[in-house]
Amino acid sequence: MQLTNRSKKVDTHALQGMEKTYLPGILKGMAITFKHMFKKVPTIRYPEVKKPFSSVWRGVHILKRDENGAERCTACGLCALACPAEAITMEAAERKPNEVGLYREEKYAAKYEINMLRCIFCGLCEEACPKEAIFLSNSIASANYDRGTFIYGKDKLVEPVTPPSEHVNVFEEGYRKQWMKLKK
Amino acid sequence: MAAFFVSALFFKIVLVVLVFTITLVIAMYSTYGERKIAAVMQDRVGPDRAGPWGILQPLADGGKFFMKEEIIPATSNKFLFILGPSLAMLTALMTSAVIPWGPNITINGTLVPLQVADINVGILYVLGIVSLGVYGVMIGGWASNNKFSLLGAIRASSQMISYELAMGLAIIALLMVTGSLSLNHIVTQQSAWHGMRWNIIFQPLGFFLFIICAFAETNRAPFDLPECETELIGGYHTEYSSMKLGMYLFSEYINMFVSSAIMATLYFGGYNFPYIDKLAEVMNANLVSLIAVGVFFAKIFIFIFIFMWVRWTLPRFRYDQLMRLGWQVLIPLSILNIVLTGGGILFIQNLFK
Ligand code: SF4
Ligand code: SF4
Repeated sequence: MQLTNRSKKVDTHALQGMEKTYLPGILKGMAITFKHMFKKVPTIRYPEVKKPFSSVWRGVHILKRDENGAERCTACGLCALACPAEAITMEAAERKPNEVGLYREEKYAAKYEINMLRCIFCGLCEEACPKEAIFLSNSIASANYDRGTFIYGKDKLVEPVTPPSEHVNVFEEGYRKQWMKLKK
Repeated sequence: MAAFFVSALFFKIVLVVLVFTITLVIAMYSTYGERKIAAVMQDRVGPDRAGPWGILQPLADGGKFFMKEEIIPATSNKFLFILGPSLAMLTALMTSAVIPWGPNITINGTLVPLQVADINVGILYVLGIVSLGVYGVMIGGWASNNKFSLLGAIRASSQMISYELAMGLAIIALLMVTGSLSLNHIVTQQSAWHGMRWNIIFQPLGFFLFIICAFAETNRAPFDLPECETELIGGYHTEYSSMKLGMYLFSEYINMFVSSAIMATLYFGGYNFPYIDKLAEVMNANLVSLIAVGVFFAKIFIFIFIFMWVRWTLPRFRYDQLMRLGWQVLIPLSILNIVLTGGGILFIQNLFK
């Protein structure tokens, strides 16, 4: 069965005449390499130029805030349960009355850690979450020399509160409020 | 008279230092060029992180070589182990002494030849030094006390001996045309016909044989069997590390530079370029000399490019193919070349009688 029209027949005929000197083959090869010098280089120079990720790319996790800038995660542990790599650990805590603006639910994750060396970026945590709190973003876990740095805590995971001018998001309104509050 | 000698000596020393430095710098940048050429031939970018376009890459490589741990195997012969790379480097550098880099220039009325030593047996000197070069490889491989190194060294020496024969025979045919062993004389001869009487016109087959042998003598692909990674780990330099390894690798590039220079000198008119005599009539002689030096280096760079081009095109020979090519093809061909050249010379002599 022929799958493509690109297959080439294997040529095993004995070398004859000029071919025995290897010269025609050598010249042909050198012409090929010479031609390649003028071909466009397909390299993407990584740190300066980045290839856009696919829209369904699963990168480093992000813990979302709601429209008021409060953390959405309620520390239910469903993501940790769903995780096939057992990469997620968390510690729950109860929300104090004065923290209403910070956490959306009464119970929140005081500690939330994902081990990026264990994680296989399958996205099951994202699917399991009932609160739409965890998503896989389109950035990648950067390389490091130290194993310890690959355990991402809340400091790295929770969506940052950015000034509204820099922020492009559907939740923009909530951020503006949060930002104003923080600035005071 | 004494002042003349002092100034002559001074210019000689300056020239020696200059040639030495230029050789090293060009060898250094050949490593960079090699990587860049390999890259563009494989549709890659190549080194581009150290400095703009990666031009500081050779310095980074050198620095790394110096900082690596120096390992001398306990069972090796320490003296010979160190002697090996030193010898390889020394012989690689010595050859450049007899190459005429350009026509004479005049500084303050002193005639300064751009050649370190014009010895009347220049070619023999080159052949002698080149064959000494195998000692560096052989001693290094033997002193390592390692089977792979020894195998690499044995391959290197048998390869050198086989190809030196063909190289010598190719040169004999050239000498029949030039009638002189002095490289300076050979280049001046080629300045006839408005600087276009290049020996390649009389010796195309000879040049072809010579370039193949030059590839083999410098241990470059497709003849790099002494350091064939797939069979011999690293070949003769398996046990070497740090700058001693660097010396071996470096000497290969120097050899490449020097053999390119010799090919340009012997077959491609050295520093001569078309209409050099017409240019000399209208321009300052020193300026013409400098242009000639530039042309000579351009020729060398073209040959270095060919060395690299071949390396990144051809796969390595098998050992029996290598030996068969050397003994059964190149040597008979070079003998045929001698016969043809002799016949041609006789024919022309009788024609003009
Ligand atoms: S992406 Fe998959 S492996 Fe990674 S934390 Fe989520 S569930 Fe676990
Ligand atoms: S991220 Fe979602 S699933 Fe995981 S603990 Fe928080 S709320 Fe539960």
